[in-house]
Formats: sequence, structure tokens, C-alpha cells
Amino acid sequence: MHDALTSFTPHGPQLPKTPTGIDGLDEITEGGLPQGRPTLVCGSAGCGKTLMGVEFLVRGILDYDEPGVLMAFEETADELAANVTSLGFDLQALQDGGKLRLDHVHVDRSEIEETGEYDLEGLFIRLGYAIDSIGAKRVVLDTIEALFSGFPNQAVLRSEIRRLFRWLKDKGVTTIITAERGEGSLTRQGLEEYVSDCVILLDNRVIEQITTRRLRIVKYRGSTHGTNEYPYLITEEGISVLPVTSLKLDHEVSDDIVSSGVPALDEMFGRHGFYKGSSILITGTAGTAKTTLAAAFAEEICRTGKRCLFFAFEESPQQLVRNMRSVNIDLGKHQEQGLLHIEASRPTLNGLEKHLVTVHRLIKDWQPEAVVIDPISNLITVGNIAEVRSMLTRLIDFLKVNNITALFTSLISGRTIQQEMTEEGVSSLVDTWLSVRDLEGVGERNRGISILKSRGMAHSNQVREFLVTDKGIRLLDVVIGPAGIVTGASRLTQQVKEQAEALANQQELERKDRELERKRRVLEATITNLRTEFESVEEELRQINHDELMRQQALRYNRPSSAGTSTPE
Amino acid sequence: METPLPTAAAEDETWELRLYVAGQTVKSVTALANLKSYCEQHLKGRYKLEVIDLLVHPQLAAGDQILAIPTLVRKVPVPIRKIIGDLSNQERVLVGLDIRAVECK
Repeated sequence: MHDALTSFTPHGPQLPKTPTGIDGLDEITEGGLPQGRPTLVCGSAGCGKTLMGVEFLVRGILDYDEPGVLMAFEETADELAANVTSLGFDLQALQDGGKLRLDHVHVDRSEIEETGEYDLEGLFIRLGYAIDSIGAKRVVLDTIEALFSGFPNQAVLRSEIRRLFRWLKDKGVTTIITAERGEGSLTRQGLEEYVSDCVILLDNRVIEQITTRRLRIVKYRGSTHGTNEYPYLITEEGISVLPVTSLKLDHEVSDDIVSSGVPALDEMFGRHGFYKGSSILITGTAGTAKTTLAAAFAEEICRTGKRCLFFAFEESPQQLVRNMRSVNIDLGKHQEQGLLHIEASRPTLNGLEKHLVTVHRLIKDWQPEAVVIDPISNLITVGNIAEVRSMLTRLIDFLKVNNITALFTSLISGRTIQQEMTEEGVSSLVDTWLSVRDLEGVGERNRGISILKSRGMAHSNQVREFLVTDKGIRLLDVVIGPAGIVTGASRLTQQVKEQAEALANQQELERKDRELERKRRVLEATITNLRTEFESVEEELRQINHDELMRQQALRYNRPSSAGTSTPE
Repeated sequence: METPLPTAAAEDETWELRLYVAGQTVKSVTALANLKSYCEQHLKGRYKLEVIDLLVHPQLAAGDQILAIPTLVRKVPVPIRKIIGDLSNQERVLVGLDIRAVECK
């Protein structure tokens, strides 16, 4: 899980160290516990001291082939074995294989009478025998202070414990000694922390009803180490320590593009989508369709045959699937195909660290291309802002290193003036930031989406109105009115107005056409009229001509009958 | 036989005592010497003493849950009792082993 995290680089000669094999612990100790020296693990009840010891031994045997001895003062071998079976540690098999030796030391004051001088050579012999019989390299003494209840002579005991630490060093075994935390000091006896070379303090604290376990390295002789308090968890696979800021910013980047699932939204980006492996944040006030946008993205990922992991902190999977179906986003289909996994839980169910581990585990098991967390703002209810931020930093780093595209939604309060400041302060961590908001005006609410930033990509600067319809999310074209962008009813008014204007123009045009037609007809009528007139005049003229001709012919006929009277022409 | 103590019945029993030592240290030698003298004095002929050197047999330490050296274990009569130290205080040893009761018949 932390393969990528355990790459530390030692500078110069280093103290020899024994890797514990415990998730994350080797990283903050810069390699492990001091080799051949005793380490004290102290903490109050329920911190997992014994578990840490057992895991140290088991990992040592399984991963580093170093046999180990567990000397238990409080629990019997059978009890111990039963307690860690749930973590998949089979102590019995390890014992049978000659790699592990459990020795239960029973100390009962009532059975023991003390007279005269004595020492604890018997304990040394037992331990020495156990170590030598299997060639152990690792030893765990759980909890050594039980001796103080069994032996009344404190002076002898203290000197013997000092001698024991010295003896363990001489033996060259790497030892974990557990101890209960005392009042005002690290241990009840105030002894072990001074004779150990490394002290790890485990703490179990409850902040606002949620338990968080923390680990701190108090001292480490001869080595540098992480000094912070690191949260750790007891998971199904043992202890997992999560270094807060471990990652260098040197992960691989991808040049591939993934679609947002809303084609028109893709158009707003210079390269038509998000970079693969980038992190995207969608912020908005309540009811601005953040989840719908997230679901559209998830569907798009699944549609292309990739796996997607959806963390729902507000809705159950069934509810989410039903609700998204109403906007034509069919998540159920992808669930059946095994491409989509919806992990729904209340944020308050676990501490932040547990959530982080759940995310890590699921990502490891599921190997998704994309992860959606809806919403991250709900995690605020679990921890304070600083904690949430540190958790998200680690999560985003983890996802980036694994080249997983991550989409987060975050609810922001509409009342704050600094709307563009997310409470978690993660905005500087993300690569792409979409803001969805209410565009309120003329008695109604409309949704607008804009891109606040998109690293490494040109993007639109417009605020686009979008509709959530039963066909999915639809971005509307930008309508610019006299007073800027208009939306909703104003958009309709504007459109109606424009339509009316267009209609009026059309009508005017038609009217002019008709006028022309009429003129043409008048003209034509006039032409016909004139022609008719002309024809009648022509006809009359022709008639006159004809008459004249007739008259002259008639005259010519009449002339010969009265010859001599007519004059020659 | 006036004492109703259960250990009184041990009069006929053979006491089995086991002394754990680690080599010939001063404490071990002192303890063995002290024990022998008490036994000879109070349990003559009725005891069996076994001295176990853990340096020779380290595997035997776990059986009786031995931590301190020297440790005297009374195996019989039951219940098992343990006395740690060099047994220099006779009174405490006798009380610890319940020998007093046997003496007071």
C-alpha cells in the first residue's frame, strides 16, 4: 500500500536499523528500529502496544526471515494467538515452523515469599534459552512492569531491569519493550524510557467523540526521525501509520484527457476534458447539482470501460442510483457490470484516518481509473479543518502518485463573502476547480457553472447556465442582455423579445413585398388600359382610313360615267 | 494430633522440594546450605531435595515459572509454594514452607 512511500534516501553512514515491516512506521523512523537495541513502546490502555509488538515479530519472520521471541507477562500464549488471528497472523504455525517462540511469564505475588537476596537470573536464562533455541533476532517483552507487581523489592528490580536492557544489547537482539503510560511520565516506573534507545509513544485520544490514535517518536538515539505526531490505525491487516507529509512532488504526469461526462462542459476546456490523474474540485452551495455533475463524470468513466470508485457520504448507493436515473444517468447498469463501486458511509462512522485507510484499501483492491468523493465538506463533521486538510492532502497525493483522476465535491456556505474559499483550503491542491452557483434574479434561481482554474489548459471564462433535465445535464448558450448575462426567465424574456422583433421584421418585410406586388399589378393594369386605349384609337384610325379609301374608290367609279368632267391627276 | 491444619497430615508424606539455582553463585550456595540445614532440622528423613541448575537445564525454567534466582519450590505437599532469595531468614522460610505447623504437633 505504501510502496511508493517507503523510498527514503539515507545520507551518509547510518545507524543500522531493523525494518519493522509495519506500514509507514519504517518511513518515519527512517528505516526501522535501532538494530540490536531495545525500543520502548509506551501508551495507555487500548493503544495497540501488544499488537505492535506482535506485528513486529510476525513481519520480521514473514518479510525479513528474522525469528522472534515474544515474552508475555500479561497474556498467555493461547490468548495472544487468538487475539491476533483476526489480523491474519497465525502464531501457532509460526511456532511450529520454529520461527517464533511464545513464552508466557506468570508472576503472582501471592505465591511468592521473599527471603534474602535474589536476582532475576531465571528470567535471563529463560529469555536466553528462548532466543538461542530458534536463533531469534527480534524480541518483544510485553509488559515488563508486570514484574513490579510480583516482586516487592523495587531496588533489586530496577537494577535487574537495567541489567536486562544491557544484556539484550549484548545479545544483539532488536527488542520492543512495552509499558503502560504513567502519570506525568512516559512509563509508570519512569525507568524504561531512560534505558531504551528509542521510545515510541502511542496515544489514544477522543476528540469530539471520535477516537484518533496517534504515534510519536519521543527519542531515537543516534538517528534523525519524524518528529510529528502521526495518526495510525489498527486495521484488518495490522497497524498502519500514515505519515502526514511524506510525499515529494515528483509523481509522473499524464498527457491523456478524460471527459467530464458533459459534452458542453468539455467544450469549455481547451483540450476538451480534464487531464488524467489530475484532481478536480466542484464547489457550490446546496442544490447546485454537484452530485449530478459528479455522477455524470462517473458514468462517463464507466461508459469508456474503466473502473470508477464513488464515495458517497450523503446518500446510500440505492438512493444515489435512483436519483441519478431521474436525470438519465444510469449508474445501476455500471454497478452490475462491475465497473462502478459505490461506497456509502456516514462521515461520522469513522475517524478521518479510518476513512483514509478505507479509501486506500478500496483503491488497492479495486484499481480504479477515477475516484469520486461526494462531498469532502462532510468530513468537517469528523475532524477539525486542519486535520481534514492534512487528510485530503495525503489523499490527493496518494491518488496523484497512482495516476488516478479524482473528483471531489464540496459544499460551501452561500452566506460567506469569500465564496471562492473552500473551507478545507484544498483548492490550492487541486488542478481543476469548477464552481457551480445560484444565479438569482427576477424571482427565481438558476444554476451557473464556471471554471475557476484549470492548470495547464486554456479554459472558457464564461459563466454558463445549465439545466438538469431528464435527458441529463445541458449547458445553455450564453445570452447577453443589456445588463450582462441573462438566465432563466430573463433569458426567456430576452428570447421572446428577440422573437417578437424578428417576427415584426418579418411582417414588415412581407408587407413591403405585398406593396410591391400591388404596385406591379397597378402598373400592369395601367399598361393594359393604355394598350386597350391604343388599340381602340388604332382601330378607329384604321376605320377612318378604310372609310376614306372606300370613299375615294367610290369616287373613282363615278368619274368615268361623267368623262371630261373629271380632271386628270 | 491437635492441629486441624491440612499440612499436619503431611507428617507421613515425603516433602518434595526443588531449588533452582544458576551456577555456583554466592546466593545459590548460601541458599542451598540454608535449606539443607532447615530440612535436616525439621524434616529429617521426610524430604526429597532436588537442585536444578538452570545454566545446565535452561528449558526447565519455564515449567515452574522461575524468574528469580534462587527460588525454592515446594512441590509436595500441595499447594505449590515458592520462596525466593538466599533463604537467610529462617523464620520466613519456615512460615513460607509451612513447616511450623508440622513442628507444633
